[in-house]
Formats: sequence, C-alpha cells, structure tokens
Amino acid sequence: MSPNELASQSPYGRFLEHCARGELAFQRSRSGKALFYPRLVDPESGDEPEWAVSSGLGAVHAVTIVHQKDQQPFVLALIDLDEGFRMMSRVDTDTPDAIGIGTRVKVGFRSVAEGQPALPVFAVEGSKS
Amino acid sequence: MTTLKRGGVAIVGAAESDLGRVPDHTTPIDLMAQAVGRALKQSGLTLKDVDGLFAATSQVRMASLALAEYLGVKPKYFDGTNIGGSSFMTHLAHAHAAIEAGLCSVAVIAYGSTQRSVSRAAASPREHNAYETPYQPILPTSAYALATMRHMHQYGTTREQLAEVAVAARQWALLNPKAWEREPLTIDQVIGARMISSPLTVRDCCLVTDGGGALVVVSAARARDLDVRPVYVLGHGEAIGHNSISNMEDLTVTAAAQSGPRAFAMAGLKPSEIDVTILYDAFTITPILFLEDLGYCAKGEGGAFVSGGRIAPGGSFALNTNGGGLSYCHPGMYGMLGMIEAVDQLRGAAGKRQVKDAHRAVVHGNGGVLSSQCTVVFGSADLL
Repeated sequence: MSPNELASQSPYGRFLEHCARGELAFQRSRSGKALFYPRLVDPESGDEPEWAVSSGLGAVHAVTIVHQKDQQPFVLALIDLDEGFRMMSRVDTDTPDAIGIGTRVKVGFRSVAEGQPALPVFAVEGSKS
Repeated sequence: MTTLKRGGVAIVGAAESDLGRVPDHTTPIDLMAQAVGRALKQSGLTLKDVDGLFAATSQVRMASLALAEYLGVKPKYFDGTNIGGSSFMTHLAHAHAAIEAGLCSVAVIAYGSTQRSVSRAAASPREHNAYETPYQPILPTSAYALATMRHMHQYGTTREQLAEVAVAARQWALLNPKAWEREPLTIDQVIGARMISSPLTVRDCCLVTDGGGALVVVSAARARDLDVRPVYVLGHGEAIGHNSISNMEDLTVTAAAQSGPRAFAMAGLKPSEIDVTILYDAFTITPILFLEDLGYCAKGEGGAFVSGGRIAPGGSFALNTNGGGLSYCHPGMYGMLGMIEAVDQLRGAAGKRQVKDAHRAVVHGNGGVLSSQCTVVFGSADLL
C-alpha cells in the first residue's frame, strides 16, 4: 500500500480521464448538492465527495466575447449545468452575438489549444458541432 | 463583533511614491522605501521608531523581508498578507489589532509596483487554474466582464451608466496634478474604445502604471503627541468571497456586503453620513457594485446612482476624487492609493479636488476577481 492514504489519482487527473471518454464529471456533497471543481474534500461534510457524470446540458449564466490579440474573438461563458453546478468554458458558434444569458447549450470535447487534452467546450443545444 | 477600539489608531503619515512611469531598473522595493521615507517625514517619526512592518506587491513574494532589509528595520511584528488590491486595508486592520495588543507601536504599511516598466505580464503572472486557464479568459478583465453582463441583465444597467464612471474619474483626474491621464474623456469615447472583453472596452479598465505608497500607523494617544493632523481609523471590515470567478456565488453581489456593514458598525456611521467615498475602480462596474453592497443605494440601483454627473466634480456625491484607478494611477494593487487619497481629503491636503468640510471618509478595497473585499472608515479628530 502506498504511504499516501489519499487516492492514487488527483481530482483533476480523474476529471481528465472522464473527458477522454467524452464525459463531463462533477461531484456531489453528501446532501446531494452538486460540486465543481472536483476536490478531495467536500466543503459540506469534510469527507470525500461522490463522483458523478453530467448530462452535459445546461444554460449560459454569463457570457463575454473575448478579444485576444492575434485571435478571432471567441465566446467565453459561465455555464449552469442542469445538475446544479457552474463552470467556465467556451461556447463554439459562428454567431457570437447570438449567445446570451439563458441560451441552452450542450457539452462536447475538444482541445482548445495545441498540445492540450480534450476539455469540455459547449455548443448551442441542437446545433451541429 | 470586533473588540478593537473605534478610533484606537490613527494615520500620521500617508504618501505616494513616484507614480506613472519610473526610471528603468527601479524596483518595487525602491518605491516602497521612497514612500515610507516620505510618510515618516510627515509624521516626524524615523525608521528607528518603526517596529511593525506590513508590505505586499505582486512582484516580490516575501515583500516584508525585502523591505525590512532595504530599510534596515528589524520589526517585532510583520505581515505580508496578499489578497490583491485590498491587501493594504487588511494590513491596516491587522496593524490596528497589533498596536492595541501591544505587539508593535509604530506600524508602516507599504506597496510598490513597476508593472508599467516591466509589463503587466511580468509583474503579475497569473496562476494556472486547470478549470479556467485553458479557455483563455483575459484575466482579470473577462471576470469583471461576466459580472457586468449579469448586472446589465438582472438590473438593466446600461453601457452609458458604466461609461459615466470612467468619464467622472477622468474629470477628477484633470484636477489632480499627479494623475496619469491628462485629456478629457467622453461617454462616446469610452463606449467606442477598443473592445477587450465585452461589454468592457479598454476605457472601462484601470490603467497600467508604476507606483506605490505608504502609511504610518500609531495609537491615537501617540498620534496626539506628534506634530501632525491625525486621521483616525474609525472602523474596518474584511471579507473573502471566492478565488476564481467561476466560484462567485452571485456575480452581482460581492463580499463588500459583509465587509461594509462590519466597518460601518464599528465606526457607528452610515453611508449617508460619509463625506468622501473611495471605491476601488478596477473596472467601471466595480464602484457600481460597491455602492450597492456597502449600502449607499439598493441592489440594482448603482447604475442610476452614478448617472447624470452625480459622481463627477461638482456633483452631489464625492467619489474617487483622485481620479481613481481608471484615470489617476493603477500599479496593480490600488487599495493603498485609495487610502492615501482619503487621508489627504480629511487632512485638507487635496488641492483643487478638495471636498469641502470632509470629516468622514470610506475607502473600499477589492482584490482578485471581486474576491477579497475590505472596507475602512476614516474620520477627523472631531469624530472621536
């Protein structure tokens, strides 16, 4: 047995493994409350939180079009997932101005920048992505 | 409830370092030391008297050690808390506690930054956040843009109202000979400026300058023995909301809603009694949020509050009278400079921008991405 009593895997490591399988992982507190980002300790109980996989469906909570130098402007958003947690991501779209608060979105997975692993990126629900 | 004494400590020295763009190879500690020298000179105290040292900057991890060495000070009590731009309000609250507990008697609080000289990227590299960094937000701007979008959505706050904050700051800056910006600014210019992270243009964002400052803090009893006009610390409150914007519970309510009431309760004052208000204007949305959270107006009414020239020179509400982080100076952790302005106003030393009969001032500091919130209430001697 490892002298480390903690898991053999970091929370982010496990999150990435789910991503590689096309799954958006999150956690739940003992009370059932959704928790994101994944942690070793549940802020509610102090215990290890339970892992779960999201439906990947949610709505835009807040949105901004980011104008990075030498890049096409892109949509950065906070997404409220239907299970009750919030995360930062992008919304891939050809019409950035059409993405507003409340827009329904669905998760997909792609590498955002070269050399990065596949990560959750959203598109408008029902759109081809 | 705090057991610290309202008015138990006083500011007896408050000075800026050189600001704007300092000579090449100047260090943050050079600027801290310069400001400490100037602030001590005002108080009539010397480095030999200093036994408490508080310092922070994004460029030096162990700033209190570096400053102690530079100044040849061996403090009995020191604190290098770094929670971003509100760090120095926190230092003041901690200095108050330390002085009342007898842990030190002359506390110096210092800040210095050369972020314009060395570039923002070099001066404050952002920590990697596995759940945000890959999506390439422009931080901190995109975080404040997201909060702005929520405020506009929930409360109907307009682009023009946000621009009024920048225009008023510029008008105040034109009265401040130390201000970085020297040209007038219009609402149309703010809205039409280069977009950074919608809806925020470059004119909604604080400046990138060099600069620093220092405060000298002693007990009220000691302050009365010095040949100065002390400015008393009537109240303070500290609160932390979150670290990353993804984890801010309500993007339209900051932890100022906790720090403010704590500070006002300790001071025994309410917002309507304040003569000068300095609210960290990292972005045009922030004074609007803090006016609401500190209780100057109801939630959602901040946009209307700042409209119609109310917060500009000649308006009915004296806000950010030095020109703020938007137009006067913003070395990255602006809270120190906000406190110096409040002290100058209460000492009657604010020149052409002096607010008449200023006896009570509030300074509110913000750090991170609306993350740490610290409020200080200052008063002149007649408030004791």
